[in-house]
Amino acid sequence: MFGLEKKDRSLLILVALLTIFAPFILNPFPEGSAMAQFNAGYPDLMQRFVIFGIFAIGFNILFGLTGYLSFGHAAFLGVGSYAAVWMFKLLSMNVVPAIVLAVVMSGLFALLIGYISLRRSGIYFSILTLAFAQMMFALAYSVLTPITGGETGLQLALDDPRILDGAGASAGNIPVPSLFGLEMRDSADLVLGSWVFTFNIGYYFCAVIMLLAFYLSIRIFRSPFGMMLRAIKSNQQRLNYTGLNPKPYTLAAFVISGMYAGLAGALMASMDPLAGAERMFWTASGEVVLMTILGGAGTLIGPVLGAGMIKYMENIISKINSDILHGWFAFLPDGLEDFVVTIIYPFIGKGWHLTLGLIFMAVVIFLPGGLVEGGQRLAALFRRKKTSTDDGSPAKTEPAE
Amino acid sequence: MDAILLQVLNGLDKGSAYALIALGLTLIFGTLGVVNFAHGALFMIGAFCAVTLSRLLTLSHEVIDETRTDFLGNPLKVDVPYLYDIFGETAGAAIIDWAVPLSILFAIPVMILIGVVMERGLIKHFYKRPHADQILVTFGLAIVLQEIIKYYYGANPIPTPAPAAFTGSFDFGALIGFEPNTIIYPYWRLVYFAFAALIIGAVFAFLQFTTFGMVVRAGMADRETVGLLGINIDKRFTIMFGLAAAVAGLAGVMYTPINSPNYHMGMDFLVLSFVVVVVGGMGSLPGAVLAGFLLGILESFASMREVIDLIPGINQVIIYLVAIIILLTRPRGLMGRKGVMED
Repeated sequence: MFGLEKKDRSLLILVALLTIFAPFILNPFPEGSAMAQFNAGYPDLMQRFVIFGIFAIGFNILFGLTGYLSFGHAAFLGVGSYAAVWMFKLLSMNVVPAIVLAVVMSGLFALLIGYISLRRSGIYFSILTLAFAQMMFALAYSVLTPITGGETGLQLALDDPRILDGAGASAGNIPVPSLFGLEMRDSADLVLGSWVFTFNIGYYFCAVIMLLAFYLSIRIFRSPFGMMLRAIKSNQQRLNYTGLNPKPYTLAAFVISGMYAGLAGALMASMDPLAGAERMFWTASGEVVLMTILGGAGTLIGPVLGAGMIKYMENIISKINSDILHGWFAFLPDGLEDFVVTIIYPFIGKGWHLTLGLIFMAVVIFLPGGLVEGGQRLAALFRRKKTSTDDGSPAKTEPAE
Repeated sequence: MDAILLQVLNGLDKGSAYALIALGLTLIFGTLGVVNFAHGALFMIGAFCAVTLSRLLTLSHEVIDETRTDFLGNPLKVDVPYLYDIFGETAGAAIIDWAVPLSILFAIPVMILIGVVMERGLIKHFYKRPHADQILVTFGLAIVLQEIIKYYYGANPIPTPAPAAFTGSFDFGALIGFEPNTIIYPYWRLVYFAFAALIIGAVFAFLQFTTFGMVVRAGMADRETVGLLGINIDKRFTIMFGLAAAVAGLAGVMYTPINSPNYHMGMDFLVLSFVVVVVGGMGSLPGAVLAGFLLGILESFASMREVIDLIPGINQVIIYLVAIIILLTRPRGLMGRKGVMED
């Protein structure tokens, strides 16, 4: 099925099931209970899971396969967002033309930047991509204000032409992005006892696109082209000696991953039709690097895991405050309770970046293969201990590579 | 003519900061071969050394001043720094006023300690790993350091003024025979430039004229041979890491009056400093200094009104543009050695 091997197919099906049932899986706690704040099943966050998943999958095609570490990938995400919002302004609120233009535009930018940057490798490549991204950020923020909206960002307005939609369609309200009439922000609630599950059209739209993107990345990983990219990573010189020019392959990988970033940017704009220059800032590029490494660079499922984990932490850990902590440790004696809360407090709430930085450092130091490698090691440990029994969750720790 | 001179002067202070940070980066890269993304964080920690010292100096206790009353007629409570009790009021006030320059003495041991701990505790384990791993782990460390500072000092910039003697500006133009009031220059920027020149001179003299410096230079050229001669080169490189951290820290200390320190100032400088190092030539100390000043001055020229009118937005991108051109046409940088990190 789908031209995949058995292992890859089961991985794809597993990911598909997880994304389809995400509104249930991410909402394990009943509404109004003390644990309800750990529910991640609200549309906004679920959309971000899959959108950043796409971004990280694309980044992984470049970094995971060829080993070229780009520190400026957010620039393509920004280009995609701007292109999509312009499509909303000029043509129609349908998301299809917006996504198409965003992917094409970011592909063109990636072609140009990649062509220049890939003349160098190693740290020089990282700095070149960083320099290009910072340049684009600075320009979007200042001189290109007529195109990008500058500091306020690019927003929709009532008097935008929207040629295809016609003038009367909006009727006094700024219209919302839709897919042939299905509005992205529409959702349906399912109430089961004290549980509330939200099914959002935007989320499922993004999820379908992510599954397609994931499938494409599996195909790239398993193709002769993917093999060539891996050869570039392991020894470029030897590749040269065999008479192969690695440059077109790396450039193709760079453009593909730039288009993935543009697709993610377009989806971000489709969920919430505005685009700002801060999406192109180099810390945003750093974030996708974090996601990919954290999950496991060069593995299929790693980047998606990393993106999910970072976005979950960003939204959930940053919500915990000291009152909640006191609530958790209330069973301890007073002095001890205060002590424990004081110890943990810097790592939660606004300090979640600290937790992120520490986890990231630990992963780079001890687990260069990321969470996926951690899972594999755990699985290996289990297998050694109980050789006859099934290991706990083979699906999650299944080596993707 | 005076306009050109003014831009050169304006570029000097930023250029000095670039040069100092790039110098430290190059020291680390040249000796240990490590690409240190946490170097900006060291600059930032240096700046917060100054903040810490000026807070320590102004630690106060409350005293009831019988001679004055508040609006209700009660005796007024006044905060009196402990320094006033120890040194008397005038001397105490003078010490507090000079908090930033005094922080230099405070920052040197702190920064060397941080540098040595960083190298022994973390960087040491990354010599054999690929450059990408070094970039990633130091990037993570930079995030951690930045967040720790943010936790203790808050997210807002903390104003840390220069001593009263150096506040304000002077008419530099009149001094060298131009029309008065054409070139006005703040005193502290001149101090910063002089200080940077001093530090840079000291580092070069240290490397050039001491035995220790000679060994380090030999180690930079050929680490294995130096090791074979029975010299413990690792220990000396560790000390050089501490020194590089101190250089970055001092650059931060003295920069506080120019820009109030906040927790992400290091990251802002880091990206540009990397560009500076690459333009100067990876591993070349004079190249780093030269490129630092050059790019600082270039940046200030690009922000002249006439230039911006000609090419809009050039002031935002000039440094990156120069870096891209240099990297593509002369990959080893302005003064880089042939064959070092050239691919």
